[in-house]
Amino acid sequence: MHRFANPARFMRVSQIVLPWLATVTVLFLVAGLVMSFLAPPDYQQGESVRIMFVHVPAAWMAMCAYTSLALASAAALIWRHPLAEIAAEETAPLGAVFTGLCLVSGSLWGQPMWGTWWAWDARMTSVLVLFFLYLGYMALLNAFDDPTRGRRAAAILALVGFVNVPIIKFSVEWWNTLHQPASVLRMGGPTIDPSILWPLLVMAVAFTLLFVTLLVLRMRAALIERKIRVLDAAASGALG
Amino acid sequence: MVSFKALLLRDLRLAFRQGGDGAMAVIFFVLAALLFPFGLGPEPEALARDAVGIVWVMALLASLLALDRLFQGDWEDGSLDLMALSPLPLELVVLAKALGHWLVSGLPLLIAAPIVASMLQFDTAGLPRLVAALALGTPTLSLLGAVGAALTLGARRAAVLVSLLVLPLEIPLLIFGVAAADPAATGDGSTQFMVLGALLALALPLCPWAAAAALRQALD
Repeated sequence: MHRFANPARFMRVSQIVLPWLATVTVLFLVAGLVMSFLAPPDYQQGESVRIMFVHVPAAWMAMCAYTSLALASAAALIWRHPLAEIAAEETAPLGAVFTGLCLVSGSLWGQPMWGTWWAWDARMTSVLVLFFLYLGYMALLNAFDDPTRGRRAAAILALVGFVNVPIIKFSVEWWNTLHQPASVLRMGGPTIDPSILWPLLVMAVAFTLLFVTLLVLRMRAALIERKIRVLDAAASGALG
Repeated sequence: MVSFKALLLRDLRLAFRQGGDGAMAVIFFVLAALLFPFGLGPEPEALARDAVGIVWVMALLASLLALDRLFQGDWEDGSLDLMALSPLPLELVVLAKALGHWLVSGLPLLIAAPIVASMLQFDTAGLPRLVAALALGTPTLSLLGAVGAALTLGARRAAVLVSLLVLPLEIPLLIFGVAAADPAATGDGSTQFMVLGALLALALPLCPWAAAAALRQALD
C-alpha cells in the first residue's frame, strides 16, 4: 500500500503509463463509436437506441466513480495516504460529470421514447440523488480555508454517503413501486441482441479507460499545482 | 452517564434561557405549512391528500434550522475542546447534542404537527399514525443533522452547506415517513414503521461515530 504512497514515484510511473493509456482509450473510444453507429437500429427504439451506447456506460461510471471515491476516501482516512487523498478529490468532478451525462442523455432519450424529459422513475431519481451527493462532496471540499480540513471532512462525507446509497436506492425503488409499476418505462426486453450488446460493452470499456486516463491526468495536475504553490510560498517568503 | 446528563441539561438550559431555537423551528414549521394552501389552492380534497407530504417535508426543513449552531458556539468559545478532553467519549457528546437538538426542535413538532395537519383538512383518525411516524423519524433527522453539523464546522456558509449535505441523505426517511402516515396506503403501515425503526436503529450508533470522527478533524 505505502509503496504507492510516494507522489514522486507516482509522477514517474504515470508519466510512462499515461501516453499508452491515452492511446488505448482513444482506440477503444473510436472503435466503440464506430460500432455504435454501425449497429442496426432497434425495432422499437429506432435510431435513438444509439443514445444508450453513451447513456448506459455513463450510468455505470457514475456508480463506479462513487465506489472509487469512497474507497479512496477510506484509504485517505485510515492510512493518511497522500495519493488516495488526491485521487478522491479528483474523482469527484469526474463522477459528477458522468452522472450529469447519464441524466442528460437519459433525458434526451426519454423525450422521443417516453414522450417526456423526466419521469419520477426509481432509477432516474436515485441517479439524481447521486448527482447531489457528488455536488455536496465538492461543496464541502471547497468550503474551508484550510484545504486539509476540507479534504478530511469530505472523505468522511463520502463514506457516510456510501453507506447511504444502498438505503436511498432501496427506498426509492420501494417508493416508486408503491405509486406505479415501471412496466411502461422499461427498455425493449430483458435480452439484448448481440448486435447491440457488443458496441455497448466496447463503450463501457472505453468509458472506464477514459475515467482512469482523466483521473491520472487530473492527479498529475493536482500534484504539480501543489508543488507550484509550495514554491510560490517559499519564493514570496524569501523575498518578504 | 453523569456527564452525559450534565451536558444534555446544559444544552437544554441554554436553549430555554436564550429562547428561540425550539420556538423558531415550530414557527417556521407552521408558517411554511401555511404557505401551501396559497400555493396549491384552498380545495379541501387537494390539501387533505397532500397534508402528510407537506408536514413531513416541513419537518425535514425545520430540523435544519438550528443545525449550524449545534457545535458552532461550543467550538468558538473552546468548550468543545474541553468536551473532547473529558472522559466522556466524543461519540456520546455527539449523542447528547443530537438528543438535545431533538428535544428542542423535534419534540415541539410532534405537538404542532396534528394542528397543522388538521388545518390542512387531514382526516383526524389518521393523526395518531402521523404523530407516531414523526416520533420515530425525527430523532433520525437530528442524528443525520449532527453529522452534517460536525462536517461543516468552521466552513464558509455552513448553514447552506449543511442542507445540501443532509437533505439527500434524508430522502429514505421522507419516503417511509410519508408512507407510514398515509391513510390511502394499504395495510396498517407496520412495515413502514419497522423500516423507520430500522433506520433509527442504524443511525443511532453510526451517526455519532461519523460525527465524532468529523469533530476530531475539526479540533485537530
